[in-house]
Amino acid sequence: MKKQILIAGLMALSLTAAQAAGDPKKIVVDGSTTVGPIAKAFAEYYMKAHPDVNITVSESGSGNGAKGIINGACDVGTLSRAMKTEELEAAKGKKRNPVQHTIAFDGLAVVVHPSNPVQSLSKDQLRDIFTGEIKSWQEVGGPNLKIVVISRDTNSGTYETFHEQVTKAGRITDRAEYVGSNGAVRQRVQSTPAAIGYVGLAFTEGLKPVTINGIEATPENVLAKKYPISRGLFMYTAGEPAAGTALGDYVNLYKAADGKKLVAEQGFVPVQ
Amino acid sequence: MLSRAANRNQRLARLLGEGFLLLVTSLSMLAVVFILIFIARDAFPFFTSWERVREFFGSVAWYPTRQPAEFGALSILFGSALVTLGAALVAIPLGLAAAVCLSDVLPFHIRQYVKPVVEMLAAIPSVAYGFFALVVFAPALQERGGPMLAWAFWLVLTPIVFLTVLVVSDLAAARLAEKVRTVARAVVFAALAALAGWLLWKTGRLLYGLEISSGTNALNAALILGLMALPTMVSVAEDALQATGRDLRMASYALGATRAETLIKVVIPAAGSGILAAGILAIMRAVGETMVVWMASGNAARIPEPWFNFLDPVRTLTATIAGDMGEADQSAGSAHYHVLFAMALVLLVFSLVCNLVSEHMLARTRRRLR
Repeated sequence: MKKQILIAGLMALSLTAAQAAGDPKKIVVDGSTTVGPIAKAFAEYYMKAHPDVNITVSESGSGNGAKGIINGACDVGTLSRAMKTEELEAAKGKKRNPVQHTIAFDGLAVVVHPSNPVQSLSKDQLRDIFTGEIKSWQEVGGPNLKIVVISRDTNSGTYETFHEQVTKAGRITDRAEYVGSNGAVRQRVQSTPAAIGYVGLAFTEGLKPVTINGIEATPENVLAKKYPISRGLFMYTAGEPAAGTALGDYVNLYKAADGKKLVAEQGFVPVQ
Repeated sequence: MLSRAANRNQRLARLLGEGFLLLVTSLSMLAVVFILIFIARDAFPFFTSWERVREFFGSVAWYPTRQPAEFGALSILFGSALVTLGAALVAIPLGLAAAVCLSDVLPFHIRQYVKPVVEMLAAIPSVAYGFFALVVFAPALQERGGPMLAWAFWLVLTPIVFLTVLVVSDLAAARLAEKVRTVARAVVFAALAALAGWLLWKTGRLLYGLEISSGTNALNAALILGLMALPTMVSVAEDALQATGRDLRMASYALGATRAETLIKVVIPAAGSGILAAGILAIMRAVGETMVVWMASGNAARIPEPWFNFLDPVRTLTATIAGDMGEADQSAGSAHYHVLFAMALVLLVFSLVCNLVSEHMLARTRRRLR
């Protein structure tokens, strides 16, 4: 209790000190829901080491992250895709120079029940399973069981990645069951012999990942851009942030060993 | 003797106290009004055109994040209705039976212990129920759902069916001449019992062979919800049965009625509106529950085939609101945001109506018994 009061007091002191120096050191981060957890983990880590820096992370979608960089509403825009040409041009029109930092990769493993004999699927088969064209495991060389499709909630960045990379044009079948977390997908697939689901690479324990187009879902294959269900995750800043400033240190955290650990903890693949 | 000043102070204090209580009471009433207003305010912008209204209530395509987005909520409304129906089918008969047992069958010293235990069901957090549904019940349904269903079917229906057969054969024999009555009763009973037994066996075998591909389905959610609504049903129905009073029962016994006749023909009808109110409250409990259905119902936005197939996953209004809020909230003002409020409004209106009806019913019981 005493310790907490002490810390609170210290924080208040340091805050007033920082404000007195005319340098509030506030970093505003906005953008993708997928990158949000990384940005938040980075912010938490960084603020622990630098209590005088205040970082707020919002998750309002990649589009808003780009917009924030274009009109200067945020210092760091998080995007789960590269900036589009129109966005880059809009930024140039406002005399801003968006700089891209690839902070991690997001690869999704497609998982089935350990008893399922299916070893591999093509990306097209996977799409057809999730859009409901393929209804039985028999059609892809498995047992005569009706496929139980498990998806993440449409809220999640994981869903967004999967939808963008796999079912993009089609609709996910209305038979698909939605669950709220990677852990819940694991739980459901682990206990359901006919299930198929997708999870972040870090969540395949106890499940059987299948190869997609013959390529295994490993961090190496994701980094080599061989694995087909993956994408880069980006932070954008207006101009290259100077090293040594809070902004520069925060954005470049992904290069440090601790930053890589944080990225991996969130279930993503750190860059090399 | 009080001085005039003390008297004035006392009056002032009383006025202040009463004013404060009035303020607090009206605050909670205002809260209800404001919730309704604010939800309606955010719900109406969704219905920008007739097409939107038609889509919301008439289409089953729920793709809120697709481009272009589709907001057909029919399957979701249906999912809520189906799960609630299932929960009511579990909670109301079971709850009524338990309430009758508590109020008229069990001796007082046992009742003292049983009722708090039943009410304890209400104290378990809903996420714990949901966890049970997801981690224990769903896999169990997948592995041996058929046998489980068959056994439940037999256990529940066998006593009911044989009781009915007994009563029916009694009634049938009562019409015959006294000489053949005993024999006829035995014959009718044997015939009916054999038929009922055969039907039970056949239907049970059918259930036994069922394969359940996904354990998170309407059945799972409905059973758990029924269990959660049980304490409400038992508690309110038992109060209604108790409220009918000892005199009514004594009068019935005095006229020569048996305990069963007294219960079925006198006590339950007398407490009828109270029991109905209990049922409505149980239904409201089920329709508003979120966490359990989000975890147990599978959340697939489609109408099962055929519509009463409880073994298909369904999606409910509450689960959709909870599941989509985080995302829709980031684009406040979007159609996806407003459609969730439209769903909330549907739920709110439904439960307000239910509430009014049950209040009315309870008031009627009280009036009638006075």
